[in-house]
Amino acid sequence: MANTSSNSPRDLRKMSGIWVVLSVAADLLFWFLVGPHVPPGRLTETAKNNQMDFNILMVIALPVLIGVWVYMGYSITHWSAKRNGPESVGGAAARSNRKAQVLWISITSFVVLFLAAFGTWALIVDHGSGGGEGPNPVWMPAGAAQAETAALNGTGTGILSEPGGEKVLPVQVIGQQWKFTYRYPTFGGFETSQLVLPANTTIAFNVTSLDVIHSFWAYQLSVKADANPGVNNVAFTETKGTGNFTVRCSELCGLWHGAMFNYGSVVSPSAFTQWATSTEAANAANTKNLPPFAWTYTPDANGAAGGYYPDGTVTPYSTVETYGAKQPAS
Amino acid sequence: MTISAERPTAVASSATPPTASGIPWTQRPGWMSQHLGTAIVGGFLGYILGHWFGNYISSSYPWIANSGQNPIAVTLALLGMVLGWLVGIGALNYPLAKIVGKEPPAEVEVEGWSKYFRYSTNHKVVGLQYVVGVILFMFTGGLLAMAIRTELLNPTTHVFGPGTYIEIVSEHGTIMMMMATSIIVGPLGNYLVPLMIGSRQMAFPRIEAFSFWIFMAGYMVIFSALPYGGFNTGWTGYAPLQTQNGPGMISYLFGFAVIGLGMMAAGFNIAVSIINYRAPGMTWSRVPIFVWSILATASLLTLATPVLFSAGLFGILDKTVQTAFYVDEHGGSSYLWQNLFWFFGHPEVYIMALPGFGIVAEILPVFTRKPLFAYKVAASGMIGVALLSFFVWQHHLFQSGINPDMRPLFMLTTELISIPTGFIFLVGMGTLYRAKIRFEIPMLFAMALFFNFLIGGVTGVFLSDVPVNVTVHGGFFVLSHFHYTIMGGLLFAFMAGLYYWLPKMTGMMMNKKIGLVHFWMMFVFFNLTFFPMFIIGLLGQPRRVFTYASNLQGLNDFSSISAFLLGISFIVFAWNLVYSMWISPQKAPANPWESLGLEWQTATPVPAHNFDRIPVIMTDPYHYSEVNAPALADFGGPAPVASDTSSTSNPA
Repeated sequence: MANTSSNSPRDLRKMSGIWVVLSVAADLLFWFLVGPHVPPGRLTETAKNNQMDFNILMVIALPVLIGVWVYMGYSITHWSAKRNGPESVGGAAARSNRKAQVLWISITSFVVLFLAAFGTWALIVDHGSGGGEGPNPVWMPAGAAQAETAALNGTGTGILSEPGGEKVLPVQVIGQQWKFTYRYPTFGGFETSQLVLPANTTIAFNVTSLDVIHSFWAYQLSVKADANPGVNNVAFTETKGTGNFTVRCSELCGLWHGAMFNYGSVVSPSAFTQWATSTEAANAANTKNLPPFAWTYTPDANGAAGGYYPDGTVTPYSTVETYGAKQPAS
Repeated sequence: MTISAERPTAVASSATPPTASGIPWTQRPGWMSQHLGTAIVGGFLGYILGHWFGNYISSSYPWIANSGQNPIAVTLALLGMVLGWLVGIGALNYPLAKIVGKEPPAEVEVEGWSKYFRYSTNHKVVGLQYVVGVILFMFTGGLLAMAIRTELLNPTTHVFGPGTYIEIVSEHGTIMMMMATSIIVGPLGNYLVPLMIGSRQMAFPRIEAFSFWIFMAGYMVIFSALPYGGFNTGWTGYAPLQTQNGPGMISYLFGFAVIGLGMMAAGFNIAVSIINYRAPGMTWSRVPIFVWSILATASLLTLATPVLFSAGLFGILDKTVQTAFYVDEHGGSSYLWQNLFWFFGHPEVYIMALPGFGIVAEILPVFTRKPLFAYKVAASGMIGVALLSFFVWQHHLFQSGINPDMRPLFMLTTELISIPTGFIFLVGMGTLYRAKIRFEIPMLFAMALFFNFLIGGVTGVFLSDVPVNVTVHGGFFVLSHFHYTIMGGLLFAFMAGLYYWLPKMTGMMMNKKIGLVHFWMMFVFFNLTFFPMFIIGLLGQPRRVFTYASNLQGLNDFSSISAFLLGISFIVFAWNLVYSMWISPQKAPANPWESLGLEWQTATPVPAHNFDRIPVIMTDPYHYSEVNAPALADFGGPAPVASDTSSTSNPA
């Protein structure tokens, strides 16, 4: 945006000075004062990483915002007709400026490509960053694939210890209008409306739905995966310390969508095992009436208002008949 | 170079108004022929007939639970209503006459007020009709927004039941999205494009008129959802929920199909006009930047909307004749709707952004008295955005489990789109550089766009980052983001455009004092309404909920009260319109902003045929503050350039 007028470098110098000072101040204030408190907190490894990603984006975004605002503010205060700004000069120099254009496009392109690369890196190293990865996740934490297979085949019990020393717990999340329930395949497949998780463990959430699309959003865990009927949407996180978290449905699912939430907790592994085994025993009578554990369940097509669990009878429309009740983990 | 240069004066403007005898009744002036009244009667009769016929042919058909409605009857009633409306307004006179082999009578330009209530093929009439139409949409959607914010005043005390609330949310979203597709292309695009490219008319004036009247039919169809009990899917209409929904869902699907027809018609007509009807000498590097933005938008309207139209049609078929496009259990896929909807939906987002860029880029040079900086960058940026917009749709589905491997690609394409979007900031800042800026009302709105859209754009980058998306997807953060881009961008640009061009369109100036109150209220309370929503979203409030965590009440109340004041700013705007146009009209000078644009070089009000002679364009319209600047165009003969001829004629 060079201009041959003698004042122009001074304008730009002034603006740059203000920009640098404000940007550095804003970035430092944000990073040290706000950053550690940015949602979703630090309850899981995923939450910690995603908080870090947000903060890095913010540190890049603040100078961009401040840069444009300083420029706009400067032009309003220095270049207006009211404040007797400089006379506008037209002509070729005002129409384009190769240096300014190349500089702008290069900088924005560099920032954008950096962000895309950084986002991809963060997504991969954090195994999908807690987002729903569909039925066949490509980025899995160590031991998760084996644990998922063991859960489906009923060959694992309790919190699974994989050969590499990883502790993995597969949990199934079932969305339906308008509640979430959870099945624990490595504890006999009991189903409960409480979500309790062990600390310092990799959790493999297998999210599905019985009716419409819901979205399982465990806010403090930084996990979000859509619950689609007939689809097993897998998301991973690694719990750190103990604490409570909120689960909300974040995809509009009808009348009581706003009321579709509950609370969960991360407890110590021993407390978890105790809770799970006692719940498994208490629910045993119910569990044997549930359909066998599978990644997805097809509601009874003939009983829309309550026949969600076919009691062994396969309906004409059921995909179970065609594909079998169990689908491969990956 | 263009056909229009050789054409005789297109409009037969006889000095005496045609008399009632000797011309077909459809051509009679005023209330005796076809107009809004006959359209309403036609729509009403069509509705009843369609409903009856639907019940007649499918009397044994299962009704929709708890609605007392047969889906076939609802669909055919809405179809009948739209057809009756079109027949009533006279949209089908021409094609029907052609079908039966008769030569349709030539259109007669009606003088006076009644032309605004008729099927007019004059682009200036259509433009003003659209102004009223989009404002009707806007105020309806705005009232619903007030209802939403009222409900969210308290997390536990409810004004509406959850059912009513979600109907209001869905209706608000759908009406606003429908409005936003046309809010600039409709009124300003139709009115200004022929004037800016030096043409006497659009390429397809009947299609142009059709696009407006079908747009208004869409308003009636989407509004019919409310008496049908509404729909609770939000504006996105996701599939298994869509299948569950009652007759209101048919209004939604049919409404989008109808609006889609209008969008395709408008886009097709405008794109063809811009390509083929430019005056001699108006090369691509001389086309005003607003026309570039409308061309990019029109191409998106033409290419993306058919997907929406088909998607809506599939949904209607699912609901009426039991096809299973979106029904998982019967071999369909609920993912199909998500993909189709967003395949349309993301280009749609840029249908709502590009015209706004065009307006500010057009207005900035006028009020800075400088040429548009980096014109080629601006035009290529708009085309770049339009192209890239087809490759980003799955970023709406990052957590859905569709194609998870493709997330890095869609993250990349989404972030790439911020490069051409950033061009508009380069252009804006370059044009502001060392200028003697005049802060008139249109300029204030244009500057506000840069402020708002910057926040909207930067938060868009946060949303496109998959790890951050886990927290912000589906919450108030994304809600705030798209209000910042659509309302903070498009609606502010629309206001800038109205304040800037209404003097040309109506011959009257908007009142500046009321305009200042309007601007500051709208700007301040827009930001106070929506900025807290970023924080509300980060703190974990999902969209479309009637209840929320009690610790968020303070922020929600702050946002609600600001929203009410934002609503009042629109009453100030309406008052300014009424005051400046009817109560105390101030005649506008021929060129109040001293613009060099071609549209300001014609007389005010614009003559029926726009230009006495088709101008020969000599250069682009941005030679502000230039010594020995070349003349914009050769108007052939004693040109009426910027001379005030308005005193001789009656402003309409």
